Amino acid sequence: MNNIKYLVIILTSFIVLSTSSVYAQNDEKQVDVKEILFSHVEDSYGWHITTIGEKEITIHLPVILYNKEKGWSFFSSKKLQENKGGYNDYYIAENGLYSGKIVVKNKAGEEVRPLDLSITKVTLALFINSALLLIIILGVARWYKKNDTIKKAPKGFVGFMEAFIMMINDEIIKPCVGSNYKKFSPYLLTAFFFIFLNNIMGLIPIFPGGVTVTGNIAVTLFLALATFFATNVFGSKDYWKDVFWPDVPVWLKVPIPIMPIIELFGVLTKPVALMIRLFANLLAGHMVMIILTCLIFITASFGPAIYGPMTVTSVIFNMFMTVLEILVAFIQAYVFTMLSAVFIGLAQPKEKVVE
Amino acid sequence: MLTTLMLQAASTGMELSHFAAAIGAALAVFGAGLGIGKIGKSALEAIARQPEAANDIRTTMIVVAALIEGAALFAIVVCLLVLFV
Repeated sequence: MNNIKYLVIILTSFIVLSTSSVYAQNDEKQVDVKEILFSHVEDSYGWHITTIGEKEITIHLPVILYNKEKGWSFFSSKKLQENKGGYNDYYIAENGLYSGKIVVKNKAGEEVRPLDLSITKVTLALFINSALLLIIILGVARWYKKNDTIKKAPKGFVGFMEAFIMMINDEIIKPCVGSNYKKFSPYLLTAFFFIFLNNIMGLIPIFPGGVTVTGNIAVTLFLALATFFATNVFGSKDYWKDVFWPDVPVWLKVPIPIMPIIELFGVLTKPVALMIRLFANLLAGHMVMIILTCLIFITASFGPAIYGPMTVTSVIFNMFMTVLEILVAFIQAYVFTMLSAVFIGLAQPKEKVVE
Repeated sequence: MLTTLMLQAASTGMELSHFAAAIGAALAVFGAGLGIGKIGKSALEAIARQPEAANDIRTTMIVVAALIEGAALFAIVVCLLVLFV
């Protein structure tokens, strides 16, 4: 109780002390929250790490383009920034459908996108996180190759990873998938750890973290597609029979196939819901944290009486939001894996009940 | 009450789509809060009745809360689309 009292005294003293320093506000332009927010959250051709004073520290990533008229082009994204007009007729469109992306004017004069295989910020973060995941998991697996598991039990980090993986295996995969869970547990465990690691790396504010890979709808689209593939390709005959010729009265199926259409719609919307749930949860959490931090800068122009308390409040809110986001990172990975396991389990052949 | 607010917003020249997106987001959170509150209530009652099952109940509660949040976030994504596209 004493520690909390001291903490409150220190924090309130920050508020009082800050109001005593009034200085001339230089006329800066209004803080553009929208631009800060979207530049953090959207993909970009260079990875801007920080700005020290006047110098920007950015990693300029390679841009790889293919156009029928010009062939392949490889150049650094620095060249796109240097001459505002772009490089080699490729330039970043200001507004319109392709704003923010590289376009080129084709012979008719319209802006058209070339085949864009650039290494962008999210791509590089995806590579880094995948490499980190491989290092962690394969490092843990090497322990099991080198030691006799009957005689020794793992300790330390390997022991923690074993407990974690077995918890996911026993609580989610085995009960939800059913009897042939061994066929699907590699995919489901990979999905869980991939999503969890990417979510956590999005919460670390400095390089190599700081980019929420799973907050990009293209990434979650492919995760949902993988679940769709795993569910439907390995589905049993009974499952497909239930979709196209379900056990309902004939007039719901024959002239207009109402029930088959509804069932098919259900087959499609389940992965779509998985995709949007993961994407929106991660994106919303990241945006809330950025906006809470921007609050400090917005209120900076209102005068020191609000500036001081707002800084303290914003830091407290940010700490709370970070803890909440760690919980959300785990829960979203857990829910994605569990729902994928349930969908896969529903499509598997059911065991014959012995009479 | 909403129609008077809307007329006021339209008269001051505010974009009606911004107004609608804000009201939509508020309604979505309202629904999600009600839903998750009901889950919490029934989870607490169930744990009070049978404390040995507390772990199972807690896991189920978290999973169902995530599903309801998924539905609320559908609405948030639509509101963001209205605002920024």
